[in-house]
Amino acid sequence: MKQIAVASGKGGTGKTSMVASFAGFAGAVLADCDVDAPNLHLILKPEVVEKIPYRGMEVAEIDSDTCIECGACERACRFNAIENFRVIGEKCEGCGVCPLVCPVDAIEMKKRVTGHVYTAHTRFGEFVYGLLGAGEEASGKLVTVARKKAVEIAERVGAPLIIIDAPAGIGCPVIASIGNTDLLVMVVEPTMAAVHDMERLLEVAAHFKVDTVAIINKYDINEDVTKRIEDFCTARGIEIVGKIPFSKKFTEAMVRGMSIAEYDASLAEMMKNIWERIEEYVNASDESHNSV
Amino acid sequence: MKITVASGKGGTGKTTVAVNMALANGATLYDCDVEEPNANIFLNAELEKIEDVSLMNPLFDMNRCTLCKKCAEFCRYNAIAVLPSDIMLFPELCSGCGGCKMVCPHEAISEGERKIGEIYRGEGEITIYQGLLNVGEARATPIISRLKQYVDDNGISILDAPPGNGCPAIEAMHGSDFVILVTEPTPFGLHDLKIAVTIVRKLAIPFGVVINRHGIGDEGVEHYCREEDIPVLMKIPYNREIAVLYSKGVPFVKEIQGWRKKFVDLYEAVAE
Repeated sequence: MKQIAVASGKGGTGKTSMVASFAGFAGAVLADCDVDAPNLHLILKPEVVEKIPYRGMEVAEIDSDTCIECGACERACRFNAIENFRVIGEKCEGCGVCPLVCPVDAIEMKKRVTGHVYTAHTRFGEFVYGLLGAGEEASGKLVTVARKKAVEIAERVGAPLIIIDAPAGIGCPVIASIGNTDLLVMVVEPTMAAVHDMERLLEVAAHFKVDTVAIINKYDINEDVTKRIEDFCTARGIEIVGKIPFSKKFTEAMVRGMSIAEYDASLAEMMKNIWERIEEYVNASDESHNSV
Repeated sequence: MKITVASGKGGTGKTTVAVNMALANGATLYDCDVEEPNANIFLNAELEKIEDVSLMNPLFDMNRCTLCKKCAEFCRYNAIAVLPSDIMLFPELCSGCGGCKMVCPHEAISEGERKIGEIYRGEGEITIYQGLLNVGEARATPIISRLKQYVDDNGISILDAPPGNGCPAIEAMHGSDFVILVTEPTPFGLHDLKIAVTIVRKLAIPFGVVINRHGIGDEGVEHYCREEDIPVLMKIPYNREIAVLYSKGVPFVKEIQGWRKKFVDLYEAVAE
């Protein structure tokens, strides 16, 4: 079974629109790993099968009746998460140092449900998505849980492929989303900001040894920058598997809860060609792996 | 006045709003999107590194270590693996909490700094501070937290937050006087805006919404803001000119007449 991650570095370049379109062609298990701002379910309209509570890092809790206000915990905490003998929940990293230093055992580490992993049926196949509670942390761990669940489902239903919708950025949840995948499909738009972000994402992909192809979305917004992206990718041996023009139809489809492939016939044809090239690429990379 | 520009969904126009607003009001800009900092693409200031950001990581003295595993058992990040004759650290997983050193019964653990990123400062038309996470590192929050040490409480400070609703975005909002949530008028924009609103309310920070690319999409965001009594502070229309200027890295207050005043008004509305 193969895993493909769709990521971008910069947000809003069209990752989720791509994944929603590919979903209709791929026969894959889909996984939305943008766990603190997931959107794919808005198009897939999942029929939830299972809602699995996710327990993230523990959070320290100070019992104010026992606390003697000595300040030992505040001094020991490296995350500035304790102020005036109270824990600031959003800053606590759950390390467990404060109960260690508390002389009167006033601090307890509490496990809490901080998010959920959902499994669901959709019109395009099986779907897994993670949803972190608002303001909760440890989303990298939740990504890992969602991906494990996706693998489990793919094995059960015999799906040859998992497509992962990754979050923006290059930090913890992105690393958890693209690590150990067979291919990274990078969605880039021709803006100076997106080019900068693409370069950083490529460094991460290289760091974790993930093979990469690129899609240039809205390529006609600035053809000079598109040319720069093409030159940059060619120089690094990164294949550009598709160039998609700017079209308001992408937003129109989203507003109607449809994938672009369902909404517009000519864009559907374009997306299908792009998808077939990605599929070919990932299968070919398999053969080269086997021959090594 | 500390104003954080955040969004939930990525690519809605945080940096556009932050940069244009900072330019129009002579504010200092703090780019807290340390995973993908973009603000200086629009300012072109010469950046100078002013600080390395490091975490403390454990160092093991194998002459003292008995492989008792107390440190590995304590570590909640699974950053320490004890092997039959050695001990291994996975530095990317280590939060630098210092707990392992405390629980080691043999004083075999000391700590050393490991660099995870940098802070830059630049002087152009306005002053910009920017954090940068090293590639391959997972923890953006400590860099944002260091970057915020440079925030001046007296002047106007505008913080450009990272996308998402996770800990880095919250770290950027924490301690602000006001949060501007930038969204686009689409179902995706609305969905992520609602999560962001929950967070800002939890943090008890006054906030308002800027709708970018107004005219694409639907009425959902405006309906929601009306129902929830959230002020819509500004609407930036979708037009090709703004999109093309953005693509070139040009702040549109410099090119399109009337917008400088609108961003001055935006600040004044927020300051009230």
